[in-house]
Parts: sequence; structure tokens; C-alpha cells
Amino acid sequence: MDFEPSSEQQMLIDQVRRFVREEIIPLEAKLDPDASELDPADHARLVEKTKAMGLFGIDIPKEYGGPDIDIVTRVLLAIEMAQHRAGLYVPCYGTFGGAGLAQIFEANEDQKERYLYPTLRGEKKAFFGLTEPSGGSDPARAIQTRAERKDNGWVLNGAKIFISNADRAQYGIVFARTDASKGRAGITCFIIDSDTPGFHVRRVVHTLRSSHYATELEFKDCWVSDHQVLGEVNKGFAVANDRLTRQRIPYAAGCIGVAIAAHEMAIEWAKMRTTFGEKLANRQAVQWMLVDNEIDIRTAKHFTLEAAEKARRGLPFRIEASIAKLTASEGGGRVVDRSMQIHGGMGMTKDLPLERWYREMRIRRVGEGPSEVQRMVIAREILGSNLR
Amino acid sequence: MSIRLRLDKPWQPLTAETAARLPGQLGVYQVGDGEGSVLYIGQAGARSPFGLRSELQRELAERGAGCQFRVEVNQQYRSRWFELLMVHQHDTGDLPPDNAKNPPPNLGRLSPS
Repeated sequence: MDFEPSSEQQMLIDQVRRFVREEIIPLEAKLDPDASELDPADHARLVEKTKAMGLFGIDIPKEYGGPDIDIVTRVLLAIEMAQHRAGLYVPCYGTFGGAGLAQIFEANEDQKERYLYPTLRGEKKAFFGLTEPSGGSDPARAIQTRAERKDNGWVLNGAKIFISNADRAQYGIVFARTDASKGRAGITCFIIDSDTPGFHVRRVVHTLRSSHYATELEFKDCWVSDHQVLGEVNKGFAVANDRLTRQRIPYAAGCIGVAIAAHEMAIEWAKMRTTFGEKLANRQAVQWMLVDNEIDIRTAKHFTLEAAEKARRGLPFRIEASIAKLTASEGGGRVVDRSMQIHGGMGMTKDLPLERWYREMRIRRVGEGPSEVQRMVIAREILGSNLR
Repeated sequence: MSIRLRLDKPWQPLTAETAARLPGQLGVYQVGDGEGSVLYIGQAGARSPFGLRSELQRELAERGAGCQFRVEVNQQYRSRWFELLMVHQHDTGDLPPDNAKNPPPNLGRLSPS
């Protein structure tokens, strides 16, 4: 596979790189170091710019009005969009728009009218409710939220945790157990409006990530009609699983973007900083850290583009997506850590973005399936799923 | 494990002396009137030169005597600040008056049990 960007891809990369450097980074200088939102006027102004660039709604499929950019190119652009302080979790502060939750594209026409199209128009926001206090890595067994048949609908009872955006969203996709005897074949996916009686956002879950926080949800006799079932009853696990696999590719791209930004800062600092009469860049200990950074970044980029290329061709990409997520989140964490070490005391301060990346990158080894689960996925693939 | 949602420590009078004793750390705070009604929920972020101390000294300079305050040192000052605003909105139906003049964009909603 040839991963050298085409001239068209390179043009788009340069365009997004300029946007990040000329529009986003100067605004960040005025924001709190942990901020995740621009001033609304700045946000609106930049959305107009990304629309003029023809890149707004970059992840929206062409048939729904997206700019028809293939997944490999989107990965290359996602790497660029992440290269600023808030870039890991809010690349370019959302000024390139969002596609909403991938599962909503699989909804029926009535649900698309009520949820998908308003989301694409920016009128509604959504959350993805999968993880529970009992666990997130093994949803087939961990889901304890129950949905029971009642009055031509379903009554949900249970809790979810680590759910982003639920306090601000108008609706969410929620997975609940509809048949306790069937394991993964007993889970159903529901669309829940945030104003449904019995739906509660109980608290903010404070983590290393201070701004783009998560929440804890409770469902208490929360009744929804049959019209709120997404897909088929007892077939929700496939919906969740497909999303988790697909999400790993852009997740990896964000880690690579931040790693590149940290590495570039470390190179610049090493060339500039003198200690004991010598530039840091002339010291072998520092050179080797920079070399290891370079290797981690290239490795992650190679595997992430390989996963994207397989997805683009319509080939199976489950193992490739896991390798991409694993190498990018672990390698990216190492790159940020080494870059902080090269910066010394300054690397620990909130004056530089490194400490925020360090905290947020740590979450990446757990979010969207921890490293251990990615290794399990890969092991099953190479050993065969019947081995124990 | 108990999780404290509300900032419900005892109020202290906001004076030059009490503000000067505050730590220079990151965190959140509330300013109240003489009766203990919350007027403002603020944060001491990383751009505050001396954290909570700077912020409360600024509040005192702007508001003058007669107010009260309480603080919480917290590295997660951003998410804690959003949480305190949402809890206040849930409890009282509105933001504190001085936050309502310039509310944060896209503030969410909580319904704590």
C-alpha cells in the first residue's frame, strides 16, 4: 500500500494545517488552558470559513450532503485538525462540523426525520450511552440496564457512566438488555429523548480531562414507545460493536496529531535550549528520545492509514483498527511523555499544551476499548476465536 | 464513596485579610451576599496569577465590603465549575445573578438525585 499523499490530498492537508495555525492556535492563546469551547462569535466565524473551504461536515456521507471525502483523506485531515491544545478531544473546536452518531444513519425514515436530519442541520446533539458502572469493555455481559415490555413500548431502568455530552444533548442512543437469557443476543438499542420522564443526568464525572467532561445517567421507569427502537429488538450488540470498530480509526488519528505537535515542539526546544554549554539537540540522550518519538509516530501513522485504506476498499478492518488504536494511543502517550522530559520544568506547566495532552492522552489507552481489549481482539484473530 | 456535588462549606466574610490567606491554587469559588444567597460562581483557572487568592482579591476590589465567599481547591476546575453552575440551576431554577449576565455557552443540565 502506498501511503504517500496524492497532490489533491496534500493540498487539503496544507489547507487544514494553515487553518489550525492561523485561526485556531492564536485564539487558544486567550482561552483558559483547559477550555474546550471557543467564544460563540469566533466559532460561527470559523464555521463560515470551513464551509467556504468545502470541508464542513467532513464525516457526513455524500448522500446526506457531505463533501464526499474518502476515509483515508479524512484520517490525514484528522491528524492535522488535532494539532493544537484542545485538539485531542475537540479538534478545531468542532468548526468542521460533525456527522452525529454513525448508528443514526441506519435508522428508519421516521427516525431519520426526527433525529438524523436535525442533527446534520446542527439543531440537535446526541450522546452514545453504552458503558455502565458494571463495565464498558465487555458490553455483552456488562449491560445491566433493563428494558421491559409495557404498554406497546419499553420501560428502561438502570445506569450509564462516562457518557459525554448527555447533559447538553437532545437525544441519545442507549443500549439495554431486553432478554436476560441471551447474552449479546439480548441487547437492544433505543433512541431516548433527553426530556423523556425518567431520564436523568445525575452528575458530572470528573476525570483527568477537565473540560470535555463525562456524565452519569440514570433511567428510572423511563418509558419509550416501539418507535424508539433503533434497528431490531435483541440486535443492538451488532450496532454497538460496529460503531466501536469504526471509531477506532479517527480515535487513532487524533492521537497521532497530538504526538506530531508534541514532537515538533520537542525538536524546536532541543535545538534552542542550551545546558552545560551544549544544545540539547547535540546530546545523545535527547537525540534518542527524539528518534523514539519519530518511530512511534511513523508506526502509528502507518497502521492507521492501513486500517483506513482497508475500510475505504470495503475490506474487513477489525484487526487493523485495533492495531491502529493500540499503537497510536500507546505510542502517542510515549511521545508526549518524552517531549515533556525534553522540555524539563517548562513541560510540566500549563503555559505549554504538553501537560494537557499528557493527561488527555492517558485516557486514550482506556477509551474506545482499552489496550488489553485491543490485544484480545488481535489475539483472537491470529489464534482463532475458539482458543481459550 | 460519597461524591460531593454542592459547594456547601461555611461562608467566610470576604475581606482583604481572608482573601490574602487563600492558597494560590486552581479551584472554584462562590461569592454570596450577607444573607448567604449565591451571587456568583467562579473559577480560578491557570491564567489567574495566584489562583484562588487572585480571584477573590479581584472580587473584593470589584464588589467592596459586605460579601461572603467559599472556595474549593480543585485541579478539575473547569468541569467542577460547570457542575456547580448546573447544580445551582437545578436547585434554584436559575443561574446566580452575576453568572446570568454572561452565561457560558451550551451549559448543560443536571438532575442530581
